[in-house]
Amino acid sequence: MILSRREALVLALGSVAAAAIPMAALASVDDAVAAFTGGAAVTDGAGVTLTAPEIAENGNTVPVSVDAPGASAILILAAGNPTPAVATFNFGELAGAHMASTRIRLSKTQDVVAIAKLADGTFVRTSSEVKVTIGGCGG
Amino acid sequence: MISRREFLQASVAASALYGASGVGNWSRLAAQQVLTQDQLLQFDAFGNVTLIHITDIHAQLKPIWFREPEINIGVGDVKGIPPHVTGADFIKQFNLTPGSPEAYALTYEDFTALGKTYGKMGGMDRVATVVKAIRAERPEAIILDGGDTWHGSMTSLLTKGQDVVNVMNKLGVEAMTSHWEWTLGTERVKEIVDALPFPFLGQNIFDAEWDEPAFEPYTWFERGGTKVAVIGQAFPYMPIANPGWMFPEYSFGIRDERMQEMVDEVRAAGAGLVVVLSHNGFDVDRKMASRVTGIDVILTGHTHDAIPEPVLVGETILIASGSHGKYVSRVDLDVRDGKMMGFRHKLIPIFADVITPDAEMATLIDAERAPFKDQLEEVIGTTDSLLYRRGNFNGTWDDLICDAMLSERDAEIVMSPGVRWGASVMPGENITREDIHNATSMTYPACYRTEMTGEFLNVILEDVADNLFNVDPYYQQGGDMVRVGGMGYTIDVNAAMGSRISNMTLLKSGEAIDPARTYTVAGWASVNEGTEGPPIWDVVEAHIRKIGTVKLEPNTSVNVIGA
Repeated sequence: MILSRREALVLALGSVAAAAIPMAALASVDDAVAAFTGGAAVTDGAGVTLTAPEIAENGNTVPVSVDAPGASAILILAAGNPTPAVATFNFGELAGAHMASTRIRLSKTQDVVAIAKLADGTFVRTSSEVKVTIGGCGG
Repeated sequence: MISRREFLQASVAASALYGASGVGNWSRLAAQQVLTQDQLLQFDAFGNVTLIHITDIHAQLKPIWFREPEINIGVGDVKGIPPHVTGADFIKQFNLTPGSPEAYALTYEDFTALGKTYGKMGGMDRVATVVKAIRAERPEAIILDGGDTWHGSMTSLLTKGQDVVNVMNKLGVEAMTSHWEWTLGTERVKEIVDALPFPFLGQNIFDAEWDEPAFEPYTWFERGGTKVAVIGQAFPYMPIANPGWMFPEYSFGIRDERMQEMVDEVRAAGAGLVVVLSHNGFDVDRKMASRVTGIDVILTGHTHDAIPEPVLVGETILIASGSHGKYVSRVDLDVRDGKMMGFRHKLIPIFADVITPDAEMATLIDAERAPFKDQLEEVIGTTDSLLYRRGNFNGTWDDLICDAMLSERDAEIVMSPGVRWGASVMPGENITREDIHNATSMTYPACYRTEMTGEFLNVILEDVADNLFNVDPYYQQGGDMVRVGGMGYTIDVNAAMGSRISNMTLLKSGEAIDPARTYTVAGWASVNEGTEGPPIWDVVEAHIRKIGTVKLEPNTSVNVIGA
């Protein structure tokens, strides 16, 4: 139930940041997407799968994986982080599988976004909300 | 003077608890005039496979009082549907008779008065009688334990779960899954699991470092000419709701993609019946049933709901078997040509004064308790008020624990975890040390004393409220709201995260909580490693000894909107 002071400060800062940062963060999400797609249209849905926990067990190291058969590149963004860009995975022509896993730090509850550049050059997007919580009262 | 059993058998008002075939009104057939063991067990055998489900016993080996919740709010799509139905609404929805044994067992209405008539419930010696009776008729019946088994009593704490393990082994459990088991720590869990005569299942328990499956996902039974696969699903939010530092090697989560893989795998291997033994909580299981295809039966657990009829989601049936040994579910299934063709179900209530204790099991339980008997039975005080916990907001047990912390720890505001376990104590009864442990027993009991700002108190309430009232069940952890003493507040359950809580008030002065001010706060069950303070049961015991007789006024400090 109760956080350490360090965790408390992280949370308190997080809630302040939530009020102050969205515009800046959104802008940089858009920038990152534009840089990846070169301004091409992005559609929601089939073609890319993002696997992430519903509630993070530890916000400092959240396992996420992406899978987009045939994709040449996949971009991962943590939309609510002060620096949203997480990673871009590029797959060569001989790649056996177009999937990747990593662990990311999430400052607070937010959407994790994956955008894949498919074999035909089109872009698809999916996202998943990951909750970063105090916890401690389950029973 | 007639015994309670004779009284019950003679009572013309008492109607028997009957399982309807499939989904129908629970008491539709219950025109009986008496309450007997035979009637509690009466079941027209059906099909070729029988499942026996018991879950969330929280180490209660002896019969107990257990008051069901008065407040169990559902939000979003589940508002007003089981299990989010209580009291008179529950009686109406399931067509029960007010004041009947089933109304007493399943609702909080007139709990104290009806308890005098119908007596305590549960007791693993009574459960053993029921299991033996079912097995006499269906020798191949599969006994499955949904977890929250090794925790919740003073004896389970003192024996690190061994007393319950011995009892469940004797009962003949054939597979289980887990939650509070993990609060014994990785080393002890492994030690017990290595000696278990059955698998400890969890398709969603992974090695935290390598993100690889760490426990058996499923097990097989060959019954009635068909292959039955039982897939385990441990509590998904282990390291969040309980201290992750006690089992840092493991990661949990819902992982419904892997659940689908496991279902597909066992189907491909010839399973005629796929059963999920789950500790997800009812709403999470209901959502999982809508996303994962091919599950025939989900035996649900964690949220302690007792629902007299199966809930259907697509072609999956969900069985909710209550908690604390109050009920055993029997599910008979007709499985033919690799397919579930039909089922019959009964939630069997364990009326302790009606069902004869199994002598062997009673002897074992008494032997497990014998070394601790004097400690367990020492009388600490008495109570004029009914002490209970279950409900979304403060129960009287929580009020008593909060009063104890306010007074013994000299705090302005106190917090007590919203767990759903804890037996009740009737008005006029003694409070024993065992009773206190039944409401507080755990491996991280330190009652801390610290300082928090008003802003941080608000963050905590908002966070816990979102764990309970998020409209997406996958974001719910399944406990109840954190109990608060010394402070009142208003909660709008339908509001968004961050805006549910308002009017936080320091009760002793009536002043609004100042976000910038620092308050002295006590609490217990912190998930943080290194938390310091006396065990909560010592704090509660000291308080009860001082006041002698517990008398609690109705608690009106939480104002709920939108229920």
